[in-house]
Amino acid sequence: MKRMNNEYTEYTVPKPEFTPEMKATHTILVPMMLPIHFEMLCEVLRQEGYKVELLRTNHRQIVDEGLKSVHNDTCYPALLVIGQMMDALKSGKYDLNKVALLITQTGGGCRASNYLSLLRKALANAGLSHVPVISINFTGLEENSGFKISLRALVKCAFALTYGDMIMWVRNQVRPYERHPGETQRVVEKWTRELTGQFRSPRFFFVKRNYRRILRDFAAIEQVKREPIRVGIVGEIYMKYAALGNNSLEDFLVSQGAEPVVSGVSDFMLYCLRNGVFDNRLYGTNPRGKLIWRVAGGYLLSRQKQMIAAIKEHGAFRAPTAFTELEKLVEGYIGTGAKMGEGWLLTSEMLELIHSGVNNIVCTQPFGCLPNHIVAKGMIRKIKEHHPQANIVAVDYDPGASRINQENRIKLMLAIAHQQAEEEKSGPTPSPAAPQEERVMAG
Amino acid sequence: MHYKIGIDIGSTTLKCVVLDESDNILYKSYERHMSRVRQLTLEKFVELEELLRGNELKVSITGSAGLGVSDKSGLPFVQEVFATSQAAKVYYPQTDVVIELGGEDAKILFLQGTPEERMNSTCAGGTGSFIDQMAALLAVDVGELDRLSLRHTCLYPIASRCGVFAKTDIQPLINQGAQKEDLAASIFQAVVDQTIAGLAQGRPIVGNVLFLGGPLAFLQGLRQRFVETLKLDERSAIFTPLAQYFVALGAAIYAGGLPQSFCYGDLIAAMERALKAPSESRGLPPLFESDAEYEAFQKRHQSAKVDSVDLAEYCGGVYIGIDAGSTTTKLAVIDERDNLLYSHYCRNNGNPLEVVLQELGTIYFLGKDRIKVLGSAVTGYGEELMLGAFDVDEGVVETVAHYTAARHFNPDVSFIIDIGGQDMKCFHIKDGAIDSILLNEACSSGCGSFIETFANSMGYPIEEFARLGLFAKAPVDLGTRCTVFMNSSVKQAQKDGAPVEDISAGLSISVVKNALYKVIRVHSADELGENIVVQGGTFLNDSVLRSFEKELGHDVVRPQIAGLMGAYGAALIAKERSKGQSTISTREELEQFTHTSVPVTCKRCTNHCRLTINTFPGGRKFISGNKCERPVTGEKGADLPNLYQFKYGLLTSLPKFPNKRGTMGIPLALNMYENLPFWNTFFGRLGFEVVVSDSSTRKLYSSGQHTIPSDTVCFPAKVTHGHIQNLIGKGVDSIFYPCMSYNFDEGMSDNCYNCPVVAYYPEVIFANMSVPPNIRFLYPYISLNDRDFFVKRITGVLREYWPDIGKRAVADAATAAYDALEAHHNAIREEGLRAIQYAKDHRRKTIILSGRPYHIDPLINHGIDNLIASLGFVILSEDSVPALPEYHRVNVLNQWTYHARMYNAARQCVGMPDTEMVQLVSFGCGLDAITTDEVRELLRHGGKLYTQIKIDEINNLGAVKIRLRSLQAAMNGRAEESRLPTGKA
Repeated sequence: MKRMNNEYTEYTVPKPEFTPEMKATHTILVPMMLPIHFEMLCEVLRQEGYKVELLRTNHRQIVDEGLKSVHNDTCYPALLVIGQMMDALKSGKYDLNKVALLITQTGGGCRASNYLSLLRKALANAGLSHVPVISINFTGLEENSGFKISLRALVKCAFALTYGDMIMWVRNQVRPYERHPGETQRVVEKWTRELTGQFRSPRFFFVKRNYRRILRDFAAIEQVKREPIRVGIVGEIYMKYAALGNNSLEDFLVSQGAEPVVSGVSDFMLYCLRNGVFDNRLYGTNPRGKLIWRVAGGYLLSRQKQMIAAIKEHGAFRAPTAFTELEKLVEGYIGTGAKMGEGWLLTSEMLELIHSGVNNIVCTQPFGCLPNHIVAKGMIRKIKEHHPQANIVAVDYDPGASRINQENRIKLMLAIAHQQAEEEKSGPTPSPAAPQEERVMAG
Repeated sequence: MHYKIGIDIGSTTLKCVVLDESDNILYKSYERHMSRVRQLTLEKFVELEELLRGNELKVSITGSAGLGVSDKSGLPFVQEVFATSQAAKVYYPQTDVVIELGGEDAKILFLQGTPEERMNSTCAGGTGSFIDQMAALLAVDVGELDRLSLRHTCLYPIASRCGVFAKTDIQPLINQGAQKEDLAASIFQAVVDQTIAGLAQGRPIVGNVLFLGGPLAFLQGLRQRFVETLKLDERSAIFTPLAQYFVALGAAIYAGGLPQSFCYGDLIAAMERALKAPSESRGLPPLFESDAEYEAFQKRHQSAKVDSVDLAEYCGGVYIGIDAGSTTTKLAVIDERDNLLYSHYCRNNGNPLEVVLQELGTIYFLGKDRIKVLGSAVTGYGEELMLGAFDVDEGVVETVAHYTAARHFNPDVSFIIDIGGQDMKCFHIKDGAIDSILLNEACSSGCGSFIETFANSMGYPIEEFARLGLFAKAPVDLGTRCTVFMNSSVKQAQKDGAPVEDISAGLSISVVKNALYKVIRVHSADELGENIVVQGGTFLNDSVLRSFEKELGHDVVRPQIAGLMGAYGAALIAKERSKGQSTISTREELEQFTHTSVPVTCKRCTNHCRLTINTFPGGRKFISGNKCERPVTGEKGADLPNLYQFKYGLLTSLPKFPNKRGTMGIPLALNMYENLPFWNTFFGRLGFEVVVSDSSTRKLYSSGQHTIPSDTVCFPAKVTHGHIQNLIGKGVDSIFYPCMSYNFDEGMSDNCYNCPVVAYYPEVIFANMSVPPNIRFLYPYISLNDRDFFVKRITGVLREYWPDIGKRAVADAATAAYDALEAHHNAIREEGLRAIQYAKDHRRKTIILSGRPYHIDPLINHGIDNLIASLGFVILSEDSVPALPEYHRVNVLNQWTYHARMYNAARQCVGMPDTEMVQLVSFGCGLDAITTDEVRELLRHGGKLYTQIKIDEINNLGAVKIRLRSLQAAMNGRAEESRLPTGKA
């Protein structure tokens, strides 16, 4: 049989739209990243009339589904996010004709902008190409007639972000020291519930009152005082926050007696918006970015400032550093034009930690993360040059990377952290004992 | 009296040290734990009862497998690197740097200045177990490897990125007949290079260096390589007889400083508690639920067999097939009716010639004068060597040999997977011809020899190990990345207390998953068709076979001669193509057989290939290690259009401009392969003498290697460090290397980004390399997309250093530069059209070698373009293919300029007769995880073959050659009627 060389069937992966009718019939599945924030954000969407379900699954099959569904050299977050959704679709829990998926798309030069396409391919390969996928993006990459976020919802989202950031921030300062295990988590849950409820009324608007009450509740948790070993977590955004991705890094650190320091997600949003300004400055791109920064960025900044002010005023907890400070820190390290992935923000987060006295840092990244070759691993040497006390461990996450390897490296970082803390307390260590006879065998 | 106990449990061994109050060593031991970590720890305490009982005891546990023991027993843990530094400070206070190599990990500790302690990243596993594997590859024990290395005369360059990569480089050298002495030393050198490049990352290793860990304690040769490379002397290189106990020693010292103390009974109780703790490994379902299931399985697979006839009684014509694989050599002798007369399967122990020589002798001996050899064929890595050595009639492409054999068992075969010791070959069969071919690469390297080495390291013969796995109750999940990652997953399983049978089954499942999801990229069994034939020695392992069927959910055919299929296929082809008389060496000729091999360096081009020249009786020569045909024929390959050479030629013959303002250095790396014509003219017109870095060479690369901060970044980025070093060496006044988020919008994509690495690599250079202060290093953020804005922006940048540069002059220079770049692009497109016309006129087949601009660098592409040319193809590049008249959307977000060209080229390829596409992919290129699937689908839907070649530091083109020849065979198979023999006679 002879083959025709120019027979050509166009290769197209279907892109079913999420239509206005589906709003009433379809359940939208949302992959998990940050429990506190995402619970609230989902609630905001529900109030807009969507049926939304946040995927709280956390089992090994998610990774297996991911491995089957996407190219194995794709970054780990894509593998997990897509794996989590495919796993949910195959679980039998949902009517496959009445379900839609939601995924974020940053639109930058990193692979992450392609998660959406990879998800669609995975769906097509699994015979599920009729399932609509909704893209959440800020760059107008894709639109769905049935999915619109109102300004009201956007405002609520901005509030949800800062509320979430604050709870996460304060929780980490209390949890390692709580006298009664689990108490901090109960307060977190209480407030997540409370705030979720508040979004149904205008009550969420009264931030100052809420902040005061949140801080009061956390401060009331009984603590056992001891010398803190603080460990900052920075990294690729999914790896930094998602317990599914980083093998519950925060829990691990707490179990080792350390206090995790994790900055909020508002910084990342602000960073995305801010890059519009830099792009215009460096490359002469559309000046619209400047306007968006002034409006949206300005609003988010004011929310963040208010949150910081509340923590400072309350006085029991350390306050996070404002975004406006972050961009100054990277001067002399990396240009603010580096905007793919977490870009200059990641470098500045490491520097911010060191400046605020947190020398111990876990830098999380998916194995083979491209931007992190530059902004994380690429900058560590320079950071250490200027801050010799910096104790940074870069940890790669991957379906094949074993937990033991990761934990062993983190333990080394912790051992050094403890030693540094000791030295600070007791001054220089006494000179070592003279070697005894049996032991010296040089050359 | 109190004692201090340190226990170090690593990936393969348990070390124990007991110290008294004044740190005298009362007891020390070192033994393999064979995964029985908790049990053995308890036994150790019991063994020491007499010494310990009645004393106050301080104890700490360390090591990767110790973590779990500590968790479960509640005994204190200390991180092993930290423990090492404790012991070093006490026992060798003069130490500046500690280098420790363990079974799986490599560590470096800087004790002076700013103390720093580092471990290898997961993706850099060239340590003890790597040396074990290499020794196994050379069929010597580690001690012998060491002795051999001391007698070396030369060193081969071996990829030092990770053990798996190194193996890929070493294997072919073995097959080419390189001296074991040299290989042994080269293996050690690779370990040294990797430790220095991967761990020190630019921090100089100076002063007194303390060497620790098993390999450094035992291996003189490895020590020698370290001492020489680091330029140490007798005094500054510290070796200690305590090396293998050192970490345990550190743990004991650490224990001394802890507040808790125990009595003997406490320790026993703690360990008994740990033993009782359930195994934590999340088990997979067992391979067989019942004995009946196993019997049915066995019965089903017994039916796929060939009849055999005893060679010692047979009389008539015979056909010999040889499969000279990378680690094993297989022979099959068949009669006129395809019955198997004789077969042989063995490890070649690094000497395939010897095996074939002996086996041919045996065949002649058994067959006496009753048999007449009518034909012979050879396939596999050693094909050319055997052709030269024994005058075999035919050389056969591996894939064709395997397909021929598989077809014998099932004429309708739709998919073949062959898992051998070192590699995996999978191919689809469509319309009776080989369609797409998939080979594994370094990062999906889990194959048969891996299971075998693993079994051996745990102290089991492979057969026993495989059998254990069959009835495992809860196989452990070991992941699917490369063997290095699997090694570390096994460590995890050991820590969790998994028994050996679960590990065995887990390994089989991992090898299978690796094949299915990483190499084949299968989504469902349907894609492989109904008739699947599995072969290769690894499938003789029933655990692997069973895992494969289970994972796929589909029964497969495994011929009983699964390990011999290549040889059997070769024999079938020998029969098909027989001319009635074979040229293979006769019995007499075999008796006279002699062989010498000499290593030389080829000086015909800048590649400086390390060649091995083999000489055989009658003056027949076989040259290996070459990347092109020049050392063989003395000439360049056929003079066919080759866009890679053309493009490289353009870049190396750019116009020169007079020096009025000083020199401007530009590294010929990454996106400069695209933009150099622009910057050359731009700076030339402004009065700079543009100095471009030299062509990439290994030497240039290694000059910057120690400044690479991330060992998993792609090779093209790593080479950049060398180019900058080269410019520094040239003493240029300034270096210009801009950051560019955006590339040109060429109208065939949705956005026009550069990849993150290309975009921002200058930042890495600046942060990690020491550019002398007298050299201005300019790395501004620039975009060339908007001409007016560019002029404004670059004027501002340049004026900081050269205030007298006027905007007018910049604008003029920019205009000329844009023209120069356009002329450059036009020249490439015109040459592309000429090549297409040439192929048409001369009826040549064409390959679109699709990569990124920097893939034309001969160090990066390893001369693959020449290799393709030597097979008689016209070569186009992705950017020389004309743009489609209108923009077609693809199914991914098409947002990178360079990648958009590949989609365009794939689409164009579909419409071009006698043209196929080969995609070059650099290791670590994250973007290609997205592009490869899309390009593959675009081509497949257009009825084209998809071939992907992954490239990195690895120098050896053996696998690439097989792949390209397979592609050629597939193209020929499509063009004419298949030339393959037709099934059973």
